[in-house]
Amino acid sequence: MTPDEILQQMYDNTVLGKVADVTNLTKEGLALEMDPLDMLYGGENKELGGRGLLPALQEVGRRFEVGDFFVPEMLMSAKAMQGALTLLRPLLAAKGEKTVGKIVMGTVKGDVHDIGKNLCNIMMEGAGFEVIDLGVNVSPEKFVKAVQDNQPDVVGFSAFLTTTMPMIKVNIEQLKKAGLRDKVKVMAGGAPVTAHYAEISGTDGYAPDASATARLAKQFVGSDGAVPTGALVDAIAAVENMMSVVEPT
Amino acid sequence: MHTVLESKTKTVIIGEGLPFVMIGEKINPSGRKKLGAEMAEGNFERVKRDAIAQVAAGAHMLDVNAGYPLGDEPAMLKQAIQVTQSVVDVPLCLDSSVFEALEAALAAYQGKPLVNSVTGEDERLELILPLIKKYNAAVIGIANDETGISMDPEIRLSIAEKIVQRAADYGIPPEDVVIDPLALTVAADPTAIQITLETIRLIRQNLGVNMTCGAGNTSFGLPQRAPLTAAYLSMAMYAGLTSAITDAMNETIRAAVMASDVMLGHDAYAVNWIADFRAKQKAAAG
Repeated sequence: MTPDEILQQMYDNTVLGKVADVTNLTKEGLALEMDPLDMLYGGENKELGGRGLLPALQEVGRRFEVGDFFVPEMLMSAKAMQGALTLLRPLLAAKGEKTVGKIVMGTVKGDVHDIGKNLCNIMMEGAGFEVIDLGVNVSPEKFVKAVQDNQPDVVGFSAFLTTTMPMIKVNIEQLKKAGLRDKVKVMAGGAPVTAHYAEISGTDGYAPDASATARLAKQFVGSDGAVPTGALVDAIAAVENMMSVVEPT
Repeated sequence: MHTVLESKTKTVIIGEGLPFVMIGEKINPSGRKKLGAEMAEGNFERVKRDAIAQVAAGAHMLDVNAGYPLGDEPAMLKQAIQVTQSVVDVPLCLDSSVFEALEAALAAYQGKPLVNSVTGEDERLELILPLIKKYNAAVIGIANDETGISMDPEIRLSIAEKIVQRAADYGIPPEDVVIDPLALTVAADPTAIQITLETIRLIRQNLGVNMTCGAGNTSFGLPQRAPLTAAYLSMAMYAGLTSAITDAMNETIRAAVMASDVMLGHDAYAVNWIADFRAKQKAAAG
């Protein structure tokens, strides 16, 4: 296979969630001494259409957003990318890639839903962010500490229940008290959360789904939307999180 | 073990070996923004219609939830309970995680309701159980605690044991505790339902209490959900699930539940199944 064919095949097989095939293609690419960044981002010849891992994941996100793809398909694609990243991670780390920005994410206190949050994480990693995932049932204190310690550009609150939504505002109040509100952009989302609710809770923005979350985060940091280099060394962590998703009501 | 729920005039019994109890899930603003908006405005016409339609379709009980962004949940739940009890005679499941809402709903409810729900978290148990005892209600205990949702059936069992024990400490008998073994979506984890089924089996074997769960969770994130939910319910009933909060108006789900009751001998001599057939025959004949 030529490097161009490998990039196309990586894209196609990542979209289809073919875990073993994507891993094998990555190995083949490395054997040909292809640039790991090309494998991630698809390389220069964009006119050749879909190429590489991250454009594939973005396409999966798009299909999910419009309702053509379902949760297991997105998870399998993420898993396929995870396999490739396992191989590429050491090489990327050696290159010392920079990130477009840092995001602290978590599901609010009293709420243990995380499928939506994890999908958001995957899309934001795919957009080049370093995502620090605090998990579920995250207390306001823990959010404040994470913002203090990590100095992220954005903090995201996920709430899946009408009874836990008020925690968005509580978290923001705590950020204010700690003198951190002006230092970080706040976004919120989750099934019952609306744009109006997010606004009156005092957030800077609302996103209805995973792809929109990544776009909003990019707006916050002023990224032009070009595919960035970096953060993907950490993408694997978010993908690994996907393997422990839960969704009770 | 028999869990007895009552309205003013009607009694429903959840129990092993008895026909499965379907708790209609429709009266819930989650994912139904129109319903929530109307309820917040004091318009309960849709609640009435949904209540009547679910009972007509075969729901044995109805879940009533009034959680809505910025809504006055205690007032909304109280009114939803009163309105629902004015149009249907089945017992209700009072659904909220807000203490004040449950308090208002329990005060307004006529009969013996099922309260949805308490978890195995100490803080929640201490808050909710005295209320259950005060109103002599039954309660759903969800098998998760401060540490979250375990994917180990033995840990879920131990949390269920803790809930039953703590209820007993407050003078609530085990038959008034209905455990939710937690059914998560199989879309995110292919082992999710195996874990739920094993939890159900363990709870039946070790505690013998009744169980319920939100059946629709199992198919979340997938297309054509009803056959998936129906398949889950058939398996869960075999494992020992005795009721579920589900879409009783969906014919696929309802048929699976009724058919499983026949197959498991819970609808002995298919009395309900045949009656359902005759009713359909009669309806078709006009």
